[in-house]
Amino acid sequence: MLHIFCPYCGELRSEEEFHAKGQAHIARPLDPDACTDAEWGEYMFFRDNPRGIHHELWVHAAGCRKYFNVTRHTVTYEILETYKVGEKPSVTATGATDKQAVAEGVTA
Amino acid sequence: MQRYSGFGLFKHSFSHHENWQRMWRNPTPKPVYDVVIVGGGGHGLATAYYLAKEFGVKNVAVVEKGWLGGGNTARNTTIVRSNYLWDESAQLYEHAMKLWEGLSQDINYNVMFSQRGVYNLCHTLQDMRDAERRVSANRLNGVDGELLDAKQVAEEIPYLDCSKNTRYPVMGSTVQRRGGVARHDAVAWGYARAADALGVDLIQNTEVIGFRKQKGAVIGVETNKGFIGAKRVGVVTAGNSGHMAGLAGFRLPLESHPLQALVSEPIKPIIDSVIMSNAVHGYISQSDKGDLVIGAGIDGYNGYGQRGSYGTIEHTLQAIVEMFPVLSRVRMNRQWGGIVDTSPDACPIISKTPVDNLFFNCGWGTGGFKATPGSGHVFAASLAKGEMHPLAKPFSIDRFHTGALIDEHGAAAVAH
Repeated sequence: MLHIFCPYCGELRSEEEFHAKGQAHIARPLDPDACTDAEWGEYMFFRDNPRGIHHELWVHAAGCRKYFNVTRHTVTYEILETYKVGEKPSVTATGATDKQAVAEGVTA
Repeated sequence: MQRYSGFGLFKHSFSHHENWQRMWRNPTPKPVYDVVIVGGGGHGLATAYYLAKEFGVKNVAVVEKGWLGGGNTARNTTIVRSNYLWDESAQLYEHAMKLWEGLSQDINYNVMFSQRGVYNLCHTLQDMRDAERRVSANRLNGVDGELLDAKQVAEEIPYLDCSKNTRYPVMGSTVQRRGGVARHDAVAWGYARAADALGVDLIQNTEVIGFRKQKGAVIGVETNKGFIGAKRVGVVTAGNSGHMAGLAGFRLPLESHPLQALVSEPIKPIIDSVIMSNAVHGYISQSDKGDLVIGAGIDGYNGYGQRGSYGTIEHTLQAIVEMFPVLSRVRMNRQWGGIVDTSPDACPIISKTPVDNLFFNCGWGTGGFKATPGSGHVFAASLAKGEMHPLAKPFSIDRFHTGALIDEHGAAAVAH
């Protein structure tokens, strides 16, 4: 069971109050009509699926009902930070953590 | 290969079963193969077997980072059915079902395929309408199916709570009587043994860490034990497919999630079929050993850790107790998670890729086990000819750009 810090409520709460909503920071194309089928398909369906650091959107469904972002490790499930929508993550996958993630993925 | 038979069992009993032949060799990789399969689970081993047996490609290696059948093949709930709504998927899964029906004889290995019937319960009027539509569609595709009313369900599944006192009373059910269960490990081991006998090299404890490319075409795989050359490469790595695609330099429309399952302590025979409910969301069967085999939906977050959260287990067991109050005090024995690669339309990707001679078979999500023989067969045909098998064509990765999705998400017998 994850314990998740909701940046709006300012509290650490149980995972059951939240829903995972997939990859964060996906920008909707400004002019959808100008997109090719390939571009629109990428926007609709293609997602990052890293074995390591992942930025994702969660909603505090049984709480304040607000959306926020979580940086989480997808092998250890460790939550590295939570931050509000519109903010940028402070923890990102660098070359070093990528290698570490791959190494951890092997043994997981 | 020493053939297994009743007589062999009798003969070996004289030497206390100490002289059985090893099931497969442990070969040193050759420098180059016609086809290298990445991933030694059920689908990968089936692919290798059909390549060697039906398509005459015997210079084949299966490269596996752990041991054979140690991933999702060892972690599923062993359910086999083919009652899918849409033509493309019904035909693919029915192709697998037909292969299941002769599989034990074909590979001379008892996969304990038991066609005990799969029930999909309906709890709402809309469930009943969808069920009737699905059964009709199944029959048009040559897939068996029947629609039952609540009284028939109560007669066929005696311990199921069909009273009006439940939160979601059972209104009816579909049943596919040719559906059932198979012994999951035996499927991997049986295919591995049969493939090995045809000359396929099964290379375990060897992880693929990259693809070597020349002029946009793959020419082999880099492993942690050196380079293995290949004319064609087929990647069948389930939850790790996104990672493998990253190594090859492109993206897949897949997300990897933990899918949990659990088994109870062994109890006397009580459930003689497979019972699934979409509305309360759980499914259950009973193994020959007596344990109840239980599963439900994925954990909502992406993960590669082969474990999930407690809340998901609780929801699963709530559904089981809702259906079978008699089981409320059965203790659960073991629980585990597998990593499933879910696609946006809940259908697999069996496809060529942007890299020439590199083929992917992935995205089976929560329902890959049932398709093992069919998936292996059509993927083997595609790898042998370099052109996708007709049954695999609709499952191309291109559909996420053209929009020709096969929307089984809510339409399949159980939504995930």
